[in-house]
Amino acid sequence: MKAAIVTFPGTNRERDMRLALKRATGRDPAMLFHRDALPGGLDLVVLPGGFSYGDYLRCGAMAAQSPIMRDVKDFAAKGGHVLGVCNGFQILIEAGLLPGGLLRNHTLRFLSMDCTLRVERSGTAFTSRWQKGATFRAPMAHGDGNYFADDATLDRLEGEGLVAFRYVDERGEATEAANRNGSVRNIAGILSPNLRVCGLMPHPEDLVDDLMGGTDGLPMFESLAEAFAAA
Amino acid sequence: MGALVMKARVYVMPKAGVLDPQGKAISHALEGLGFGGVNDVRAGKVIELDLAETDPARAKAAAEEMARRLLANTVIESFRVEIA
Repeated sequence: MKAAIVTFPGTNRERDMRLALKRATGRDPAMLFHRDALPGGLDLVVLPGGFSYGDYLRCGAMAAQSPIMRDVKDFAAKGGHVLGVCNGFQILIEAGLLPGGLLRNHTLRFLSMDCTLRVERSGTAFTSRWQKGATFRAPMAHGDGNYFADDATLDRLEGEGLVAFRYVDERGEATEAANRNGSVRNIAGILSPNLRVCGLMPHPEDLVDDLMGGTDGLPMFESLAEAFAAA
Repeated sequence: MGALVMKARVYVMPKAGVLDPQGKAISHALEGLGFGGVNDVRAGKVIELDLAETDPARAKAAAEEMARRLLANTVIESFRVEIA
């Protein structure tokens, strides 16, 4: 698999992402800065977490306008796979590659804790190693992860099976208590209609080794490795 | 000939029906300070643009386009442009 990680001034989670991709695929991803052009022949582009451009205006709004995002949009339009985690998810939303918005957490608190996610859509390049309904632990570290979209958009997402992950409790129930940032319908991650663009707030890349306290997030990267095994 | 200066003020507010946690927190703080009768608080932002323009209609149209493309996220925010 040929993957590239795109960073912006203020990105700070690219190393974890690199480690997760390398661990699952055995190949080191290309590390790109916002001034670089996207090289050809990529299977996957990843936008990692951080605080790109100091979260000015809105989280991800500045990064979404940077030149490399034009390449990323072209890449996605041609059917390329794109993963955005945390600030990367915010950038995908601001760039219009995924619908909705990410508001300040409803408690106004920055969340730095683990959550439990339920896999709502299996069989994608990002989730094939999980069964639908499987739950796993994932760290969260964000202040603006409160997913919002209007009812028509939400109904479309649900109807087309484009909700990837939901916040749930230990029993796998999508309760209000498990929804720490106040996201509408407990939505933690979503997919594009062609299932090739995925964004989520929690960090699966931060649980890919026993030294990190677990490997709960590894299936996402193994799924990607499997999807592009031949490449 | 007038100078090419026109000020536009873009008011960006959370859309009606979209949760505004900051407004809610401010409302609680006002209540804590003893201010009664505050029914609701919404917190947004004001962006001032200094435009090289003399025509108010063109300045307004330009500022509105800027708001749509960048200054506001119209999924969650509404905006209003004032020309001064």
